[in-house]
Amino acid sequence: MEDFDTIREFLIESNENLGRLDQEIVELEKDPGNSELVASIFRTIHTIKGTCGFLGFDKLTGVTHSAENILSQVRDGKRKATNSLISIILESVDATKEILDVIEKTSEEGENAFEELKGRLHAFSEANEETEGNYVQAKAKVELPAAAESEANAATPTAENPSSEPVAEAPLTDDIDLETAILMKALLGEQGEGFTFVPQTLESKLVPEEPPATEKKAPETISPPAAQPEIQKPGKAESAAETNMSEQKPNPETNDNSAKAKEEPTPTAETAPPKPVQPIAPPAAAVEVAPGPPLRAAAAAAGAGADGGERTVGAKNNAVLDSTIRVDVGLLDKLMNLVGELVLARNQVLQFTARLEAGTFNATSQRLNLITSELQESVMKTRMQPIGIVWGKFPRVVRDLAAECGKYIHLNMDGAETELDRTIIEAIKDPLTHIVRNSCDHGIERPDERIKRGKTATGRLTLRAFHEGGHVNIEISDDGGGINPERIKAKAVQKGLLSVEQAQRLTEREAINLIFLPGFSTAEKVSNISGRGVGMDVVKTNIERIGGVVDLASTDGQGTTIKIKIPLTLAIIPGLVITGAGQRFVIPQVSLFELIRLEGENGMRQIERIHGTPVYRRRGKLLPLTFLNEILKVPGHAAVDDVVNIVVLQAEDSEFGLVVDGINDTQEIVVKPLGKRLKGLSMYSGATIMGDGKVALILDVLGIAQRSGVLRESREIRGANKENKQAQVGKDKQTMLLFSAGRFERLAVPLSLVARLEEIPVANVEHAAGRMVVQYRGQILPLVSLAGQLDPGADISLPKDQNVQVVVFNNGDRLIGLVVDRILDIVEEHVTVRKSSETFGLMGSAVVGQKVTDFVDLHEIIANSGEKWAAHKTLSGPATVMIVERSPFARAHLRSSLEMAGYRVVEAASSQEAVDKLSREKVRIVAASPEFSELAQHVKGNPKLAHIRLLGLLGEGSNPNRHADAGLFEEFQMKFDRKAMLSSLERLAEAVEHSEQELAGVSR
Amino acid sequence: MKVQQNSPKGAEHSRQYSTFYVADLFFGIDVLNVQEVLRYQEMTRVPLAPDVIEGLINLRGQIVTAVDLRRRLNVKPRENGSTPMNIVVRSEEGAVSLLVDEISDVLEVNPASYEPPPQNLPPEQRELIEGLYKLDGRLLLILNTERVLQIQTNGN
Repeated sequence: MEDFDTIREFLIESNENLGRLDQEIVELEKDPGNSELVASIFRTIHTIKGTCGFLGFDKLTGVTHSAENILSQVRDGKRKATNSLISIILESVDATKEILDVIEKTSEEGENAFEELKGRLHAFSEANEETEGNYVQAKAKVELPAAAESEANAATPTAENPSSEPVAEAPLTDDIDLETAILMKALLGEQGEGFTFVPQTLESKLVPEEPPATEKKAPETISPPAAQPEIQKPGKAESAAETNMSEQKPNPETNDNSAKAKEEPTPTAETAPPKPVQPIAPPAAAVEVAPGPPLRAAAAAAGAGADGGERTVGAKNNAVLDSTIRVDVGLLDKLMNLVGELVLARNQVLQFTARLEAGTFNATSQRLNLITSELQESVMKTRMQPIGIVWGKFPRVVRDLAAECGKYIHLNMDGAETELDRTIIEAIKDPLTHIVRNSCDHGIERPDERIKRGKTATGRLTLRAFHEGGHVNIEISDDGGGINPERIKAKAVQKGLLSVEQAQRLTEREAINLIFLPGFSTAEKVSNISGRGVGMDVVKTNIERIGGVVDLASTDGQGTTIKIKIPLTLAIIPGLVITGAGQRFVIPQVSLFELIRLEGENGMRQIERIHGTPVYRRRGKLLPLTFLNEILKVPGHAAVDDVVNIVVLQAEDSEFGLVVDGINDTQEIVVKPLGKRLKGLSMYSGATIMGDGKVALILDVLGIAQRSGVLRESREIRGANKENKQAQVGKDKQTMLLFSAGRFERLAVPLSLVARLEEIPVANVEHAAGRMVVQYRGQILPLVSLAGQLDPGADISLPKDQNVQVVVFNNGDRLIGLVVDRILDIVEEHVTVRKSSETFGLMGSAVVGQKVTDFVDLHEIIANSGEKWAAHKTLSGPATVMIVERSPFARAHLRSSLEMAGYRVVEAASSQEAVDKLSREKVRIVAASPEFSELAQHVKGNPKLAHIRLLGLLGEGSNPNRHADAGLFEEFQMKFDRKAMLSSLERLAEAVEHSEQELAGVSR
Repeated sequence: MKVQQNSPKGAEHSRQYSTFYVADLFFGIDVLNVQEVLRYQEMTRVPLAPDVIEGLINLRGQIVTAVDLRRRLNVKPRENGSTPMNIVVRSEEGAVSLLVDEISDVLEVNPASYEPPPQNLPPEQRELIEGLYKLDGRLLLILNTERVLQIQTNGN
């Protein structure tokens, strides 16, 4: 047999040819009249056949020959490229792939001579259009093991170990442009082992055009069967062809076929032969190939590795691949490693220069820096390949699947030239294939169904790829049946993946993404295409393993889109160096969103806790936090209270904050993998060597997020955010007046209670009956010093020659002025009272405007000051109003308002408490939010309480009609609209009085 | 380079062993499996890694995992202040460093003095030891490097 190298060459070339063949054949199916395509396909098969013959692979030759026959019929216009024809040709291609596979593994052709197929091919070539279909086999095989495997094998470099299994792994070679080639050659020295530059001119000579010469030769070959030696005209091919001859003999069937083949004008000269003459075809083939091999030999002489064959057949490709060479992948990897090391060394040098500051050395190291960066970029480029090489398979895959499922699918591919690092391409090949298969199998519906749904009979499958930021985006969308979230939920519950309640709480998007759970598959029956149940979760894992993310969006009945986002480079990345848990770590910059630094005493205090999760309020939204020290379980490194460093990271479309000890600088680092024993630790994605030679671990953002549960919480918090927003907006969003008085630097009072803010000249303040008063708008306004009230014994003398700040409160017709030191601000925000206060005059404290603020209890202050408000008298004494309100703050506020208006107030925080107190207290009016429907029902349903009037309290944005028992409430008012509320209360109070009097039988 | 297995019956020809001490025990590893021997290297800790992994070291640009033999053999921990030495061995997926207390000489041993591991060794040690050689006044325990490097990773 031929030697190892030649076979390797042959396999590489043939595999490429076959790859192209697939695409061309599928295209031909769509455009059957395209004679150029036919010619091109013919040439390709012809070349394969020729080379097979040269190497003595008769079974291959046999198959390709038969296929060639049929194609030449098409080329000559004797036959049309029907679907059946395409199918049977594809069958031959598949058979060819199979044989190549065996050759790859064993250097021999193996047992299968595909006699059955050849028989059918022959019969097909004799049949006419009506009957030809009989010879075509239904598409059974959908997998592309041959192609996939041989490619996979091809990708493994074996340049280093030629002694290993022969042809076990044919190294894939790479095309890179001239510039880079020269660069590499310079770098690697003149030996330049592993690659050869083949000038274009030589290549052009390699085109195996149908040499008219051979036609003349053909007749010669026919006559004496034994006259083999005569055939070897082109010198070097002699011995090879001879070997050919002898081996061709025991192949009567092949010869029969070829003998019977009737194509005339083809230069292959299978045309001529009458039966008995044995190896007509093969010798013709030998002749045919003759021009080939010597040129190949010449090329081989020029230096191993170069193969012009590829360049020749695809004439249309030539334009693009003007000056390219093939390079062994192992070599490129080695180069990549070296560059990686160089980057590290450069980092170290830079560190030194930073410290030394030695003039010219600086300049030199700068140059080194520049050169290294450029070198790095260039080498990276060599590893970049267009995603089209993965997509190239898909037309065939889709076609086969469509045929098998009885569907019509149109495949659109956009952005095939988008380049990715080869390792990424390797990693996404399988996931993409799986997704495409899914779309064909489950996504796009059968034509009759589609028409029923008002769609076109042909489904559309679109692949898109494009660069964005530091990422490559790949989108696969179909206009098929989409994904039904309810069905998914049901399936998930059925499989025990989550509970019914959990399923109900999911949003549509979350439900659809359940598909990514392991063990999930909704395919009713497991076909050999997909539906094995190992699909989508493996896809997700594979993509995440290379640092990417997958997202699934679908509209039931309309289609599905899968989006994949992958970072562009894996090996050398920019990173942020941080310290935490007592050592340095690196965070890949691609996941980094923002840095937040909290300073001052309030550093730690600004971190709140919601449902036990630490969060930080960032521009109004809650950011879940996680502490690096806690995740890594390194004890004793609690953050120093002064400064809190938060690194805002992005994982899976949500953000979270990582609290670290310190933030250093950003650097380019070389990612080195962790050993086997450490690979399982999900929070590290690798390690690197820092400028000072020490090792630093690289944090895996997604791993950390998952470990800390922050993603889950992030979702909950986002949900809570939304809920709370609505609730809070109703409850606690308030406008406050902030001011200072005495030793209280920051006090607040709801602005809604404030009538006016006044600045009064000290001189105008008078004293009457021992109290301060001022003449104000035709009234006498009593003044109360807040400082004096809060701090008995404090100095409350008014500043001389200055204006006095007075906050004027109004209740009905009475005014009172509170003297304060300074008016600070007016803010509007959600307020939750943190601490209730025992201090006289204060209701409690809360964070307002990001600072801790004390809330004034107006009622207490004013009551204490001796000033009297006019109490609202009713015939039977002060009316008792029950306030039912969850938020203590709002309750206190309402109480303040009501009590100042003269009502007696009873508080309750829940329906239960209210019902309870109602049985003990005589209440006239119940003011509550309409959500307390239980309470409302209780009141109205109980004859003893039925006279009580219900006042509905509304927060901002809440709609009374949303609540079931809204009708039971007499009136509704915004709870912070004091005036309106009070007027409602007045009306209701009167009404209650009437009812009470009626009940009591007292007539007015 | 594959880790060579010491044949249980002892070699026909004499072998050379790189020897070292861990606590009071005297060990040896086939010299052919040893890539190099280093003094103490500063290590980067890996939080949440299995206990026996002391950390990572930078070996001429390569990141090598360091396994503490004391912990692996379940021997009492090193005293504060004493720094371990590194014996870098080859494994299927690259170099791994074993932390030992003290490095000793390369010894050539007489195969006749080979014996299988004694029964009275604690189980953790017995499974890591291939056999031993009786030398003058002391026993040289031969480590099965491959098994030493099979470290259970905690489920994450």
